[in-house]
Amino acid sequence: MSNFFYLVVLMPLIGFFINGLFGKKINNEKISGWLSSICILIPFIISAGTFFELLSMSPESRTIHQVYFSWIATGDLGINYAYLIDPLSISLVLVITGIGFLIHLYSIGYMHGDKGFAKYFAFLNLFVFAMLNLVLGDNLLLIFLGWEGVGLCSYLLIGFWYEKKFTGDAAKKAFIVNRIGDFGFMIAMFLIFANFGTLEISAFLSQISGIQINDGLLIAISLLLFLGACGKSAQIPLYVWLPDAMAGPTPVSALIHAATMVTAGIYLLARTSILYALAPFTTHIVLIVGLLTALMAATIALKQNDIKKILAYSTVSQLGFMFVAIGNFAFTIAVFHLITHAFFKALLFLGSGSVIHGMHEEQDITKMGGLKNKMKITFVTFFIGSLALAGIPPLSGFFSKDEIMYLTFITSGPAYYIITLIAAACTAFYIFRLIGLTFYGKPRYDEAHLHPHESPSLMTIPLIILAVLSAIGGFIGLPHWLGHSMLGDWLAPVFSGAMSILSTYQPEHQTSVALELGLVAVSVIVATTMIVISFKKFSKQTTFEEPTGFGKVLENKYYVDEIYDKTIVEPIQKTSDKILWKIFDIKIIDGFINGVANYISRLSFDWRKIQTGVIQDYTTLSVAGIVILLIYLIFR
Amino acid sequence: MIELNHYLVLSAILFSIGVIGVLIRRNAIIIFMSIELMLNAINITFIAFSSFMGDIHGQIFVFMVLTVAAAEAAIGLAIVIALFRNKETINIDEINILKWLILSNNKFKKCRISFIL
Repeated sequence: MSNFFYLVVLMPLIGFFINGLFGKKINNEKISGWLSSICILIPFIISAGTFFELLSMSPESRTIHQVYFSWIATGDLGINYAYLIDPLSISLVLVITGIGFLIHLYSIGYMHGDKGFAKYFAFLNLFVFAMLNLVLGDNLLLIFLGWEGVGLCSYLLIGFWYEKKFTGDAAKKAFIVNRIGDFGFMIAMFLIFANFGTLEISAFLSQISGIQINDGLLIAISLLLFLGACGKSAQIPLYVWLPDAMAGPTPVSALIHAATMVTAGIYLLARTSILYALAPFTTHIVLIVGLLTALMAATIALKQNDIKKILAYSTVSQLGFMFVAIGNFAFTIAVFHLITHAFFKALLFLGSGSVIHGMHEEQDITKMGGLKNKMKITFVTFFIGSLALAGIPPLSGFFSKDEIMYLTFITSGPAYYIITLIAAACTAFYIFRLIGLTFYGKPRYDEAHLHPHESPSLMTIPLIILAVLSAIGGFIGLPHWLGHSMLGDWLAPVFSGAMSILSTYQPEHQTSVALELGLVAVSVIVATTMIVISFKKFSKQTTFEEPTGFGKVLENKYYVDEIYDKTIVEPIQKTSDKILWKIFDIKIIDGFINGVANYISRLSFDWRKIQTGVIQDYTTLSVAGIVILLIYLIFR
Repeated sequence: MIELNHYLVLSAILFSIGVIGVLIRRNAIIIFMSIELMLNAINITFIAFSSFMGDIHGQIFVFMVLTVAAAEAAIGLAIVIALFRNKETINIDEINILKWLILSNNKFKKCRISFIL
């Protein structure tokens, strides 16, 4: 199947062009929607075939390198348009196309009747195209192309309902905040090219393998790449765009802002795992940033009332967990959590979309309640997703999250473990607050006018499939006390380089099954307790008071947006307005140009009088010139 | 004995008379005749050199100049006639519109502002 692998990337692009160019002419929701979906389904089938092809090879040789054409060739810089198909990238391609297909199907139902229907699917296909380039690219520039492409699609889809001002603002915010991260990515690329003369990842990694640990250059490159990852994967300090990105359509939030695009940062760090193994200094920063983000976002989610905002902060928090895993050099577990998170968070977002659809665009959970019986499928699937997120065995989230927490305990120490435990406790609490307020209790909406209904089957079928995946997805990466981690074996060749470097300076950690089981028991007990407390409290709550004290700080998201406004946005705006525009632009640039023009116009006003229009005047001057020339020639 | 210098001096004198005629006369036809005078002064130079140096090229060139002068006479006279029909004069200093626009004060200011903007 790998012979047709180019189709994996080409199909979504074709879908984008057909829907983008002719969508308005076709003007048929069925054709547009199904065409887009099939343009994702075929790549899924091909990549599944390629997956089995890789599986049939011996573990060390599971790499297919496909060079399509020479993309850029100038001087020292030679870049091929080439894809690297290895266990890591094919896993992500399967997630992207698989979940992408389900979300496309769901979107056909969700976007029904929207006037930008074809445009929406065109953007969605373009997104998948860019995301596949990001994951498959064998060099940093191709990855960067995908990186910027997904950023563009994210911008276009957040601002999809552009008639409302806040969606446009949210789109701009996402784009600009991401630019800060992209800046880091680009400087990292420049540094790599300047020092190693290549942008191809495997060549770069093999060149650095000999360099000593914590070399200054490697720390700089790894920190800058991490800055890029922070932007895309919404980590402190650049996470602020993701909650606002919920202004877009809900399936977009599920696909881009939960399952795929925001995990690009994790992918980038996993792809360059050798670099991070060689720069433990940076990896420790990754760990701290991940921990802080996981904790901060989880606490903010406790007090949010917008159903999508809660899930958005939950995503930020779970991405923090993935960075914690990378901070502990557990690249496999980071990818494992990435995959399980993609399952259950896509499910939760699609479930929330179904709720919003049924409630006629109501997103405030304080105005819901009692939806359990009215939306049975949505409720059951959402419940499974929530259990997976909370980390209840044997659902998928349990395996990946507990593995991260256990590794934090043995690699970094109990203090770090406590932080992850608090974040996990908050996770269980906020998601069951959401369930309690949305699905249980008495309806708090106007029952006379609003009749919530179950969504059409086109929307519920993806929910059911994702619920099954969320339930059983964890079994691909069983912890060693329970069995055998298939994902661990599968990804082992990709991370073997990093692991052999690690073994040179990191002492072997004492692993003990008793300790691990004890930690698992602690986290399960904590999560269950939190679920019970939260459920008891919120499933019966009917009145809502303004939170006070710390609750108010949480509801206002630690005032981070306000702080950014005051310290960064406003000073920039003021300097731009008062100095750059009013003084530099108007006085200096415009003044200089207008001054020159005015001077010349005044000068020419006087000088044009020598043009009398009388031919004899011109002739006289001409003859005088000849005479002067003659005199010069004779007497020189 | 008439030498080459004599011819050349004669030619220079004729040429200068022609130039002065072009520069100071106002009647277009006189200017025209002055130009012919200049051309023929050049012709004398050509012939003189051709004869004294035994080179036929100079004489061939004279035919060329004569042809051009004839063509010029045809076109030039036609232009003079056309000018007279339009302006009722062939005084060269009255035919002087090929220069900046002569506008009233107001119009001129406006023009200048639009130019600056």
